[in-house]
Amino acid sequence: MSRAGGRRAPYSFLLPALVTVALLLLPLAYLVLRAGASSRGLRVLTRATTLELVWSTGLLVAGVTAASVTIGVSVAWLVTRTDLPGRRLWAVGAALPLVIPSYVAAFCILGAFGPRGLLQQLLGVEQLPEIYGYGGALAALTLSTYPYVLLLVSAALRGLDPSLEEAGRGLGQTPLSVFRRITLPALRPSIGAGALLVALYTLSDFGVVSLMRYDALTRAIYLQYRSLFDRTPAAMLALVLVAMTALVLLLEGRWRRRLSRTGPGTARQVRPHGLGRWRWPALAYCATVVGAFLVVPAAVLGYWLARGLERADLPWRETINSLSASTLAAVVAAVAALPIALLAIRYPTRWTRLLERLSFAGNALPGIVIALSLVFFAANYASPLYQTLALLVFAYVVRFLPQALAGVELSLVSVGPRVEEAARALGRGPLATALTVTVPLVRSGILAGAALVFLSAMKELPATLLLRPIGFETLATEIWKLTSVGAYSRAALPALLLIAVSAPFVYFLSSRHEPTQVEHG
Amino acid sequence: MKTICLMLAALALAGCGGSDGGRSDTLVVYSGREEELVAPLFERFEQESGIEVEVRYADSAELAATIAEEGDNSPADVFFAQDPGSLGAIEEQLATLPSTLLERVDERFRDSAGGWVGTSGRARVLVYNTDELSEDEVPDSVFDLTDPKWKGKVGLPPTNASFQAFVTAMRLDVGDERTREWLEALKANDPKFYEKNTPTVEAVASGEIQLGLVNHYYLYLVKAEQPDAPIENKYLPGNDPGALVSVAGAGILDGAEHADAAERFVRFLLEDDQQRFYTEEAEEAEIPLVAGIEPKEGVPALDELSGRGPDVDLSSFGAELERTLELLNETGYTS
Repeated sequence: MSRAGGRRAPYSFLLPALVTVALLLLPLAYLVLRAGASSRGLRVLTRATTLELVWSTGLLVAGVTAASVTIGVSVAWLVTRTDLPGRRLWAVGAALPLVIPSYVAAFCILGAFGPRGLLQQLLGVEQLPEIYGYGGALAALTLSTYPYVLLLVSAALRGLDPSLEEAGRGLGQTPLSVFRRITLPALRPSIGAGALLVALYTLSDFGVVSLMRYDALTRAIYLQYRSLFDRTPAAMLALVLVAMTALVLLLEGRWRRRLSRTGPGTARQVRPHGLGRWRWPALAYCATVVGAFLVVPAAVLGYWLARGLERADLPWRETINSLSASTLAAVVAAVAALPIALLAIRYPTRWTRLLERLSFAGNALPGIVIALSLVFFAANYASPLYQTLALLVFAYVVRFLPQALAGVELSLVSVGPRVEEAARALGRGPLATALTVTVPLVRSGILAGAALVFLSAMKELPATLLLRPIGFETLATEIWKLTSVGAYSRAALPALLLIAVSAPFVYFLSSRHEPTQVEHG
Repeated sequence: MKTICLMLAALALAGCGGSDGGRSDTLVVYSGREEELVAPLFERFEQESGIEVEVRYADSAELAATIAEEGDNSPADVFFAQDPGSLGAIEEQLATLPSTLLERVDERFRDSAGGWVGTSGRARVLVYNTDELSEDEVPDSVFDLTDPKWKGKVGLPPTNASFQAFVTAMRLDVGDERTREWLEALKANDPKFYEKNTPTVEAVASGEIQLGLVNHYYLYLVKAEQPDAPIENKYLPGNDPGALVSVAGAGILDGAEHADAAERFVRFLLEDDQQRFYTEEAEEAEIPLVAGIEPKEGVPALDELSGRGPDVDLSSFGAELERTLELLNETGYTS
């Protein structure tokens, strides 16, 4: 409690945080309502296949998280702490796959490595190893998620005081042991936050597991919705997914609590590690990552585009719609995340932590569940809002608020409360302090969180399809419209456009760093 | 704080902007049929009737679930769906169509309770790779697919609504036990599963498999993308369940705000000119359901198909779907 100066959480934070979290819990309330509607929900729970689904989903989450953390952290370290040639370029290139919607990534991986795909044509061989199933799902989901870890960890690395690492090196430690014993512990919060986003994304994803034919819970949930007459079994399976979310949150909470509190100190220009003879292997590694996760999908899209170029119209209206809905979502999510983050980090009690964890409740739910729950509540209890842009933006916020939260919280942790305490001691109220002191200090974290929400909203599909105002086409719905009739050559253009308009935001994200303690004087 | 208020105000305004589509006199259609395929029909209707139409496109089953969640407050006037199952699922929310409208099509292709009417037909086929097989080599019955010589060479989309409708037809035709045996024997023959019809046909085209259990018109969609694809449809003879003819159809919601315009639209879909659309313009070449209109070349006419296929009631497919899904789950086709 000492960090909060023994103060109670002020109402000016509590009230908006409570309202936000209550709204975020709507999908959960809907599920409980539906799951209890008939006794068949329990029957689904006790089916043997349900247990298998939990196991296969867990395996996928573990695999994707491990792969994303490994790739994300290693590339982050290489591009921020070493003399890797062209590291600015690698930093952006390796982060760019974030803007490729995971279903597009899956299409591209299948197009490249699938049966009779581009690679097979190129090599002229009869058979390639099977891509469907766990391997393919792992690859496509890692592609879409490792940039979360990369971005959060490189931001943390840039904001980290290098003096400890330098001291370690001065004491004759090898770069590797400096990394393991000094850098890695300091990165715990950002690795945890990144891994959490990766795990939740994997839990909720439907596009990849369906295209790669991997039996995960989300696939079963979609299938149950197809059975139409009774939405109880689908709701029950979705609640199982919520339980898995709770487990992930618990694990991440543990990991975070063990974090070592090295003060951030001052960020300075770091003298990069000389890679020496490791320079070429490191370059080859970065080239492999960027090649596999960015160049391959882009090349497949380019190949498709070339095939159908004469029929291509630039989808400007869709681009503008995507941009405006996603921008609104980013702004609202950033504003809504702030009080929750402030409470959890600056007034850490059991209740404020719980409030923060509850805001993740719906995050691992597949888009269809969020969409139908909002259809139900809005059509019946808020009909003026139904099928408006406002509701669509709200759906995005429900799905992606934790990304905004991750950005703000990491900044809040690294800034520390000292300046705010000074302001409070000088008689400023909590709200005035937050607005005039905290917000400017953690501005880059707020912007980063908002940018993550923006990028996720740009590629969101399932909720967009059901909740958008009629006739409101986005780039994601345009891609869906064309791929659903197999017109890949025409779907390539909106997909490439989606990547192109999102790229500047990734550039912004990959060049930022965590704020450091403001030194007075 | 001021900026936050301003942003929220802007958001609220933007939200209102999204909804002022003049709901009062605009026909609202939920379409589970793909925009790429049916958008010209809506344009034609707007031109001819002067009635403005707003269309929400999404997956048929998801739209049925949406209408169910919306309940009495559904903004939809018409539900235009891919399959009888989705229409059957919201049967209770559908108004009874006038008999003059229903009678445009044969009674096999409409709801026996009058809630929906078929607007175009689609036949189940075995699509095959012409580099690997001649038409005679393709089996005449789906029951032959369990022969070991097709091991690993058959593809199907187990989660797809039209595949499930075919399994329902088989159940109604030959009974649950025989269907289960067939599913198990086919499963033992190592079939390849795909997410949808299109990838199944693409896999036949690429030679990954030789035979696919799909609807007839996906052939034309894949050929539009790859004109040289070595694929052809085989329409199964006799009363084989694999010769099922199903429909896409439309229903009007009970208490629809624009009931008159809705009826006019469904009637429009069944007019000769629109039925001819499937023959003359649409890439996917569905089968016209109104008597006397010839389908696209190479697609058998309705009369030709009418003696074939299992004798089953399409309007029971919605209610039967659950049992079908259970069977597919138990035999390892879905999870």
